[in-house]
This record gives sequence, structure tokens and C-alpha cells, in this order.
Amino acid sequence: MRQKALLPLVVLTIFALLVTACGGAATPTEEVEEVEEPMPAPSGSGEIFNRVIERGKVVCGGRTDLLGFGYLDEAGRNIGFDIDLCRAVAAAVLGDAEAIEVFAITAADRGPVLQTAEVDMLSRNVTWTSSRDAQWGNFTVIMFYDGQGYMVRRESGIETQEDMDGASVCVTSGTTTEKNLADDFRNHGLEFEAVIFEDTASVYNAYEEGRCDVTTSDKSQLAAVREGFENPDDHAILGITISKEPLTPAVPHGDDQWFDIVKIVMYALINAEEMGITMANIDEMKESGDVGVRRLLGEEGDWGYTDLGLDSEALYRAIKAVGNYGEIYDRYMGPLGIAFTLPRDLNNLWSNRGLIYAPPVK
Amino acid sequence: MSISTEAARPPEPPGPLTWVRRNLFNSLFNSLLTILMVFVIFYTVRGVIYWIVNVADWRPVVNFPFLYLVGQYPRDQLWRIGLSTSLIAILFGLSWGTWGGLIRTFAVSLGAFFAVVALLPVQSNELTIPVRGALLANVLLIFLGFRLGRLQAVKGSFTAIAWLLAIEVITLILLPGLSLRETLTLLIGSALVFIIVYIIYQAIRVGGINSTLRILILIAVILLAAEIALASFPNLANTPLLQKVATTSWGGLLVTFFLAAGGIVLSFPIGVVLALGRRSSLPVVKVFCTTFIEVVRGVPLVTILFMFSVILQLFMPPEARIDRLLRALMGMTFFSAAYTAENVRGGLQAVSQGQVEAAKSVGLNSVQIMSLIVLPQALRAVIPAIVGQFIALFKDTTLVIIVGINELLGIGKSIINSDPEFIQLQAEVFIFIAMVFWISSYILSYASRQLETTLGVGER
Repeated sequence: MRQKALLPLVVLTIFALLVTACGGAATPTEEVEEVEEPMPAPSGSGEIFNRVIERGKVVCGGRTDLLGFGYLDEAGRNIGFDIDLCRAVAAAVLGDAEAIEVFAITAADRGPVLQTAEVDMLSRNVTWTSSRDAQWGNFTVIMFYDGQGYMVRRESGIETQEDMDGASVCVTSGTTTEKNLADDFRNHGLEFEAVIFEDTASVYNAYEEGRCDVTTSDKSQLAAVREGFENPDDHAILGITISKEPLTPAVPHGDDQWFDIVKIVMYALINAEEMGITMANIDEMKESGDVGVRRLLGEEGDWGYTDLGLDSEALYRAIKAVGNYGEIYDRYMGPLGIAFTLPRDLNNLWSNRGLIYAPPVK
Repeated sequence: MSISTEAARPPEPPGPLTWVRRNLFNSLFNSLLTILMVFVIFYTVRGVIYWIVNVADWRPVVNFPFLYLVGQYPRDQLWRIGLSTSLIAILFGLSWGTWGGLIRTFAVSLGAFFAVVALLPVQSNELTIPVRGALLANVLLIFLGFRLGRLQAVKGSFTAIAWLLAIEVITLILLPGLSLRETLTLLIGSALVFIIVYIIYQAIRVGGINSTLRILILIAVILLAAEIALASFPNLANTPLLQKVATTSWGGLLVTFFLAAGGIVLSFPIGVVLALGRRSSLPVVKVFCTTFIEVVRGVPLVTILFMFSVILQLFMPPEARIDRLLRALMGMTFFSAAYTAENVRGGLQAVSQGQVEAAKSVGLNSVQIMSLIVLPQALRAVIPAIVGQFIALFKDTTLVIIVGINELLGIGKSIINSDPEFIQLQAEVFIFIAMVFWISSYILSYASRQLETTLGVGER
């Protein structure tokens, strides 16, 4: 009886040894293969950059439930302004705008995924603040200037801050939105009654049903929501902005090379709009006489591209894949945008009295 | 003679009119109440039907069948999900034929589910004729499996092994861009686990090495030989067999069922072990199990999910990252295991000491006493509690939304936010999701009642 029970144990041990031996034998071959692959010239630490190249995918922290910025199309594909920024980076670094993997990141997750470098890039409608910059990661380039505003019914006659004294305001609970609202009314010495909901969709439903006079959120959000109302023209977004929300893609700390790559791609999108390069005309523009255009598209000289481990066509690919800054904006939020319509305002190029500005390619 | 027959016959069941008079109109007050309630019910039902048919806008529900079913799973890889569901369908049929009873509920529900999705009377560019056909074919597969399971040659152990194999194969189909070598390693690993489990099983049943074990070992050896042989063809060995589908793209019902089924299947044995450990006389084991149970039970599930999803990552080296979905599953499993452990402990306490003594006196060893005498009785006593726990677990899967996993509710929220018009239509989406959960939970609880009847729980 005992001997019989021992036999399988012996067999198992032999197996275990064999498997370990096999695994041990397998490892060196892998290492050899890695060495054989040509390494791109690194600058900075290159940890994330190498990881991206090896994986063949850029992992982006994004959203799947924010209209216009990060949401899903009918086939379940990630789309939106933020997602296109991620695609641009993938197109530049890997040559394929589809080589992205989007993690849906919740508000509580944003810091930790950067701190642990679980994502290569956080492109999730995140506001750049001093404390986040210090604690979470490196914030690259402000790609969208948002700000908290108010939406009211036109018939209410509310136009200024003072008109809102004593109004009831629908707002989501426990967010900076709620805090900004309280601060703003206190600064102006006004009274208000907060009608608080957990969920953003509930806030707007309550507002439309008339349970409050005013609702507050980031202006891009308000514009999106207004579009869905039965009579969008009955509602007005006031000209008041009570907070600065510079929405900025961020990368984890500790890899300057990757930080610079994301920045150069973002700036390329902005520069492309300034130079009039679009998805459609980019191939003709390559032949352009404008030396700035030719530099950006990698036709003339190397303006830091190889130092970052990119080839000279990287920015050309990014622009060709997603379009210039204006094209991305218009695709989702322009007059014919598939999500909603929001005037560009601060998000115009600096040359059109906006704040969008990029350093030159030189 | 005739008088006694008269007396033995039960009284005639009252006709419907008599019943109505006796129960609904037996006093003035009750009559008024009945009339009032008829009106209330009539208007409520009419209102609900009117809303469903005329007011509600079901576009966010019917336009996205695949999003609700599989989330963002790449549409060109959907055949992998199809193949997996077909495997599951045929296995449910097989189990229904072999074991009958309890499984029938699940098999029939599954068939009904496929049929409903296949025959949905909506226009959709995703639910094409081939897709609908494939879904209907699954219904046939269930039936085919059932007929197969009824054959004499097909035994319970065969079906059990088929399930284990299928789980393995489904994992290999759904997940991964694994190379041939990795696939083989995985297979060998699971063959080993299988062998170990089998040996333990044999030890309990008092037997030696039988033919099944020999076959298993033979398979493992062949796989091992194949893997060693592959080492000389690195190109072949390292070619990924299937494109990798990251679990971040999983969503909808796929994730809900994955988390629920995974959580239930994993937490049950862990729970039983914890319950036994808590009653153990070894202080280390006992203290460990008690601490684990009390700590996990003392913390809300949301906190545990956050711990696993966010905090755990801060302490892990980057190479040792665990997949997000797996982290959520771990959290759910641990949480559920602690509760299952307490339920099982209640059952263990219900088994009288006399049973154990009797078993000892006929010469069974302690493993045999536990597995053959105590546990079967203990588990039977706590079926309702455990099923309640599993239903709770199933509904709790919606909580993973807070760690950024788009299960059914998360997909619903994403769909609501995918079009400005849909933001006003959240009621429709939430009602639909609530119905899905209600139906699934009801099937679970119905199956548990059947199991109780089969085992005669509550009758003695």
C-alpha cells in the first residue's frame, strides 16, 4: 500500500526536475535573442521607450465613458480626442496608430497607474496641477484648455454671477467640481443650494427635469450634455470660468527619453496645424518649399529625432495617422464633430488668439 | 364500502369562481380592496407597457449587442469567443445528459439565452445572419451533448475530465498570443496539476495507480518530449499561435460571467479549506485561517478590490505585474472565500460528533472521514447559504467598475456616454441591465432549490 503511494510521488519529482531543467535551458536562448536585436540609441534612461518597442504597443490610460475625449464607437473601438493623442504616439514610435492598448482608468486609479508605470502614457482628461506633477509623473503638453462653467436655462434670465444668488445647483458629489462651486459662491458672498448626485448622468437628468436652476461642470462636459437635451438652444453656458483645467497627457517619472518623445509628438500635431499640414495634404506638403514643413516631416535634416530613438519619418506618420491638432479637435468637437460642438476659444492656435503654441522645429 | 371510498377521497378543489368568492370577496372591506387593487394593478401594468413600447427609446440597448456581450473584444477575433461558447454549450448538454437534475436548469437557460439573442427582432449590422445561425447552432449543440451524455458509455468521470480539458482549451483560445512552446508548457503544467489532484482522489478512494493515471502520465510525457524536441526549432517554438487579446478589451457579459464563474469555482474550495483550517488543532493553521477570514470579512469588497487593483501594484516589482482582470478576480475570490468559509463552518458544526466517532470505529482515516462522512453532510446543510453567497458574488461583480473594468454595468455606462442623446436614456440601459441580473440570479436560485429537493435538504 505505502509503496504504491510512493510511486506517483517519485514520478512527480522527476517531472518537476525535468520541467525546471527545461525552463532553465530555455532562458539563455531568449537572452541571446535579445542581444541580437539592434537597440535604438538611448538617451535618458529609456526604460519605458524600450518597453514600448519590445511590446510593440503603447499602453494608454484612458476612459471609455467620456464623450468626445475617450469613449467607444459602435464596434467597441476606443475613440476620442485623448485616444487620438495616444494613437499619434503609437504611430510615431511604432509606425502603427492601432498599436495601442487602452486601460479604462478611474479617477482613483490615475495617480497609482502613473506611479507604478502601469501605463506608458496617461491620456485621460487629467488636469495638470502642481501636486500631481510632483507626485504622479511628468505632465507633457497642455492639449486642451478647459475650465469649469455654469449652464442655465435661457428663460431663467441668469447672466452673471450675481444673478445666481440663492439658486439651486446640480453637481456631482466629492469632486473638485463641487469644491470649486462652493469656493466661487463664497468668494462672491452668494448663497446657493447644492443638489448633489453621485453620477454625472444623473446630474444632467436632474437639471433637465428642472430640479435645479443651474448645473456646473467643465465647459466641454456642459457642451456635450447640452447637445443631448431635447432643445439645446433653451440652455446657455455662461461666459464665466471659475477654474483652470489644463488637460494634459502625462507619462511616468523616470524616463526622460519617453517624456521628450511624447512632447515632440504633441508639439508636432500643433505645429502641423500652424503650417497647414493635414492628413489629406501631408504627402504633397513633403515636397513643399517651406523649410519648416520639410524639417517637421523629416525631409530635411535631423532635428533631434534620432537622439530620441525615433526615425526621421516618425512625426510624419503621427500626423498622417490622426491629423493635425485642429483636425483632431474638429473630428470630435468641431462644428461637424461626431461627439458635440464646442467653440475652440482658448484652444485656438496662438496665432488665432488662442493658447495653443508649440516650440519650433529647429 | 362505497362510504369509505367517499371518505378517503380528498375534498374537490374549489372552482375558480368559488375560490375568488372565498378569498377576494369574502367581506365588504375585502371586496372594496380587491376592486381598488384591480385598478391599481391595471393602471400600473398599462403604464409600464405603454412606457416600454411607446416612450422608452431602446436604441442604446439594441444597437450594441456585441458591446453588451463581449465588450471591446476585437471584432475580427470574435470567432474565438464563438468557439468557446460552443464548447461550453456542448459541455452543458453533456453534463445535463450525464448528471441531469441541477444541470438541466443551466443547460436550458443557456439554450434559451442563445435562442433569444439569435432571434432578437432588431436590425443590427452586428447580428448578421451567420452570427444568428451560429448562435442557433449552439442550441443544437446543447441538445447534441445531451443525447451524447445519455449514452451508457459516457460516465460522470468522462464529463468531468471533458470540463477540465475545456477550461484549459478555452483559456488557450480566448487569451493569448502564446507561442507553441509556452502553450506546451502550460499544458504540461496543467497535466501535472491534474495528476496530483487525481492521486489525492485515489488516496481518498483507496486505490492504486489505475489506467486513467497511466494515460495521464503518458500524455504528460509526450507533451514534455514535444517541448524538448521543439527546443531545436526556436523559430517554430516562438511563433505565436493566436494573436494576443489583452484582457483590457474584455467587457460586458463576458467579464461578468468570467468573474462570477471564476469567483465561484475558485472561492468554494478555498472556503472549504479555510473552514477546515479554522477548526484545525494546529495553532499556526488555525490562527492563519481565523485571521484571514476575520480580516477579509471585516473589510468592504470595494476596499479589497482597491487593495488588489491599486495598492498591491505599488509594492510589486514591474516584472511581477498581474493582469488587471486577474487582480479583480483575486479580490473577488478572497472576499467570497472568507464568507463561504464561515458558511461551511456552520455546516461542519451541524454534523454531530457521533458521526466522526462511528467513522473512526470502522477504521477510516481522517482524510476519509472528512471527505466521505463529514463534508458531504456539512455541505448539504449549507447549500442555501452558499448559493445566497454566490448570488451576492454574481451581483458584486458590478463593483469592479471602480477599478476600471468594463463589465456589464461599465459597458452600459460607456454606451450611455457614447452619444449626447443617450445621456437622457440611462433609465432604459439600467433597466435592461437590472433585468439581465435578475434573470441570471433567479436561475441560480431556482437551480439551488432544485438541488435542495434532489438532496432532500430540509426534509429531515
